[in-house]
Amino acid sequence: MTRYRNDSRALQALVEPDRVHRDVYIDPEVFQLEMERLWSRTWIYVGHTSQVPQAGDFITADIAAQPVIMVRHTDGKVRVLQNRCAHKGTKVVYDYAGNTGKTFRCPYHAWTYRTDGTLLHIPLKEGYQGTRVNGAGLTPVTHETYRGFVFAQLADGPGFREYFGDSLSSIDNLADRSPEGELEIAGGCLRYLHNCNWKMFVENLNDTMHPMIVHASSAGTAKKLWEGKPADLPKPMAIEQYAPFANDYKFFDDMGVRVYPHGHGFSGVNFSIHSAYSSIPEYEAAMKRAYGEERAKQILGTVRHNTVYYPSLTIKGAIQSIRVARPLAADKTVLESWTFRLKGAPAKLLERTVMYNRLINSPMSVVGHDDLHCYRSAQEGLAAQGNEWVSLHRNFDAAELEKGELTCNGTSEISMRNQFRAWREFMQ
Amino acid sequence: MTEAELARFVIREARLIDERRLDEWYELFTEDAYYWVPLVPGQTDALAHNSLAYEDKLLLKLRIERMKQPTAYSQKPQSRCLHVLQTPEVEKSDAARGEFLTRTPFLYTETRGDESQRYAAVAWHTLVSSASGLRIRLKRVDILNADSALPSIQLFL
Repeated sequence: MTRYRNDSRALQALVEPDRVHRDVYIDPEVFQLEMERLWSRTWIYVGHTSQVPQAGDFITADIAAQPVIMVRHTDGKVRVLQNRCAHKGTKVVYDYAGNTGKTFRCPYHAWTYRTDGTLLHIPLKEGYQGTRVNGAGLTPVTHETYRGFVFAQLADGPGFREYFGDSLSSIDNLADRSPEGELEIAGGCLRYLHNCNWKMFVENLNDTMHPMIVHASSAGTAKKLWEGKPADLPKPMAIEQYAPFANDYKFFDDMGVRVYPHGHGFSGVNFSIHSAYSSIPEYEAAMKRAYGEERAKQILGTVRHNTVYYPSLTIKGAIQSIRVARPLAADKTVLESWTFRLKGAPAKLLERTVMYNRLINSPMSVVGHDDLHCYRSAQEGLAAQGNEWVSLHRNFDAAELEKGELTCNGTSEISMRNQFRAWREFMQ
Repeated sequence: MTEAELARFVIREARLIDERRLDEWYELFTEDAYYWVPLVPGQTDALAHNSLAYEDKLLLKLRIERMKQPTAYSQKPQSRCLHVLQTPEVEKSDAARGEFLTRTPFLYTETRGDESQRYAAVAWHTLVSSASGLRIRLKRVDILNADSALPSIQLFL
């Protein structure tokens, strides 16, 4: 079907100011166009520079459903290359991560490339004269690094700073939480297969009308198990992490939400589900030593919930974990969940983020189970013909259409509307 | 404690899960016990490295009580599971201290509605003798493809 490829009006009509047509979630052609347009023209998270500390270190990833390599070249700089031999298309590396030395050598016919992607060697070169290969290298991908976060852009689109604007303050807050101002990916990656559209996950992150319902059985049980315990008994970290998901509507409404141009935004302007964690005195002392009392207080007092760097990356500065959407098909997405070590912070900080990641983002998480149940259920429910629309109307105000950055009450569905405005813009 | 007695215990433990007798299953663990499903082969660190699950008794209790809630949406319909065990082998035996380690390769199937998933895994049981019989101090389950992108696994391997 090419219902949408050559009919820009039909594609644009899928998004109205306060609702979207179901085809944005279920139509395979729309998914393909998303990869070619939205996911190629915007800045997509690839990885963190701490994953490739030495020359030759690489990771592989699929961005916009295309294979790329992030590698540290011999000049010490990180490059992003398409993982496709110029000859027959074979991936030159297949592992998730490793060290390739000074070159990538294709396993099929041994075409060999430097780690900046340029061609070094072809066996039995005579005979290949006149071969029409695109520069005969591994195609380099435009990329930018911000505080170690590497983003790539596969096609022409807005510049990095213009695209992310002030939303970068959430990455700053995450990195500033290290007494040394530096992050290091640690503890491996949880990879959770979701049989639903990537947007269902991304939208859910700042959907604050769902936790008290969807997570009643898990967070509600956590609260109940701790009820009646003596007040001076230290609350286990697991209870501290689970229980706030069952907070009431007022809590999530008072959290507040802020959106930025191009689909980015976060909830937890004023506080969040991470605000009431027990303090870790030796960490706070290290932060004061590094930044001074006032600045340390400011950094640790910024406790945002989820920040979405539309469309691929979502981060939680306050708990040092990130989730990355890797879409594979209209109804298939891999979610990667990573944890950071804050350089210069006590070991307990890493243990805390690892516990959070395990409790919330693992394929064995009871929070994740109920979320995914709802996404999958919607993926199937949208097949119903009687209603072709998905509502994003809560707290809609026509005046918001004229605004760029905007802050409002936390239970508004503004985040989703804001994401779809970006979607509409990049899908043209 | 004979090899047969240890094996009988491990077999019964899997059966309690398969028959969803989770309150009885919970009682098999010592107060300081952990149920651990590592994320990568040979993982040695459960605290500073991510795992699929690393649950103390409080978290196991939470999981079991949650499944009884009418709002446990992902359990509508309920999941079912079956462990098919190879005969447990005794890896270590310290009769004086009453501590034993068994190794049990198994195939695990978990179904829900029309969906079915299957895993190959090895269970390592650290067992201790107590006044009320054998108890589990650590159950470690190494899933062969623990580091693959996995769908929801809702019951206990």
